[in-house]
Amino acid sequence: MDATGSVERGRAAAVKPPLWLLAELTYRCPLHCAFCSNPVDYTRYGNELDTGEWIRVFREARAMGAVQLGFSGGEPLVREDLEELVAAAHQLGFYTNLITSGVGLVPQRAEALKKAGLDHIQLSFQDSTRELNDFLSSTRTFDLKQRVARTIKDLGYPMVLNCVMHRYNLPHVGRIIEMAESMAADFLELANVQYYGWAWRNREMLMPSRSALAGAEAVVEAHRPRLEGRMKILWVVPDYAEGKPKPCMAGWGSVFLVVAPDGVALPCHSARMLPGLEFPNIRKHAIRSIWHDSPAFCAYRGTGWMSSTCASCDDREMDHGGCRCQAFLLTGDAAATDPVCPKSPRHAQVEAMVTAAAGVGDNGGTPIRFVPGARRSGELVFRTDANARAQG
Amino acid sequence: MSAWTDSAQPALGTMYRMQWEEAQQCHVLLFPEGMIRLNQPAAEILKRCDGKTSVAALVADLESTFGEPDLRSDVVEFLEQARGRHWIR
Repeated sequence: MDATGSVERGRAAAVKPPLWLLAELTYRCPLHCAFCSNPVDYTRYGNELDTGEWIRVFREARAMGAVQLGFSGGEPLVREDLEELVAAAHQLGFYTNLITSGVGLVPQRAEALKKAGLDHIQLSFQDSTRELNDFLSSTRTFDLKQRVARTIKDLGYPMVLNCVMHRYNLPHVGRIIEMAESMAADFLELANVQYYGWAWRNREMLMPSRSALAGAEAVVEAHRPRLEGRMKILWVVPDYAEGKPKPCMAGWGSVFLVVAPDGVALPCHSARMLPGLEFPNIRKHAIRSIWHDSPAFCAYRGTGWMSSTCASCDDREMDHGGCRCQAFLLTGDAAATDPVCPKSPRHAQVEAMVTAAAGVGDNGGTPIRFVPGARRSGELVFRTDANARAQG
Repeated sequence: MSAWTDSAQPALGTMYRMQWEEAQQCHVLLFPEGMIRLNQPAAEILKRCDGKTSVAALVADLESTFGEPDLRSDVVEFLEQARGRHWIR
């Protein structure tokens, strides 16, 4: 038997189906968050899939074994066919998750989505204070989010509150926990900012000091026992400061499949900025062939692509060498060891970034002043169409 | 937390849904952004946690369905664990 053939077959057999399908229905969003994970040039990808195309994606992914479906964006509620998409996904047997800013989730719509079979809603908050929530999203949305949280709970949805954490709001973590508790959230996800997209653009402003992180984590641990059985807190590890590579997406092309608004299939939210990879579009390819056969999905699957640093490491099957996008952003080489790892030859660069964060005053040294729709505040660049076009 | 009595009627927690998954060849519990694979005994017990069936009836049903006597202590032990993980209430 041809040796190459058997290796190929062996590899194909080991590839498990995607379990998580993230449908980024649109990059349109009424908010302008400075840490948005969407591409900084998102205005280039406005050719959105239509209802029928999305339902075909759902059917094909479900047939392969995907069980979780996240409706995300941008703001998925700007799609007028959201109810129809949720109903189709529900009928296929997906557990359906709506990941929303809350803008547009009026009671009538929340009820219609419930009727369509929506299982769960994840609502984002930017902070426990109106001032900072509105400043960071550059919109007047704090009061609206409070109302939406009540609507979600009144309809009996499980509710996850998600708050991206960074220099500005880490000192408020105790109040954020209390706010989530008063809203009867089932989970609170304290998502320490991950530096991609707009957050990468704003990294120097957002990055907290080690002491701010340690202080906030101590507050979280102090609250946990009291909340046992009522609200679970997820503390997303700040990998730059902890020096521990994350098992990004549980491995490239392993369980997670993202379909971007224009139909491009990706192994994670931010992979489309990696050079040298051609990500397949669902308009041209079946999901099965995208997952199993496309060079882009095979590129960093398994361990064959690893540098000697990762390939010789005992943790290679656990952390998968960290994050490919982070490796690229920090070193220019997506196959490099993630520099947050102390074993990376470039780790000193990450250490220097975290250390520098301690030298910046609160609020990045610029006073917080909410100006609706602002393009910038001091060094902070908000996610706006105009700023995105300037990138392109 | 009190122990399970014969008359208690366990029910799946509101955020959980159980279903058979062909690709996994097992029953799974689905919840916000997560999935738990269930072995067969766990699935058989949870299937009967419908909020209407008493623990006594649930045990009797399992004993007759699988032709095995004396399942009560195993079932109650599992129900305890499942409640501790908030799968049932």
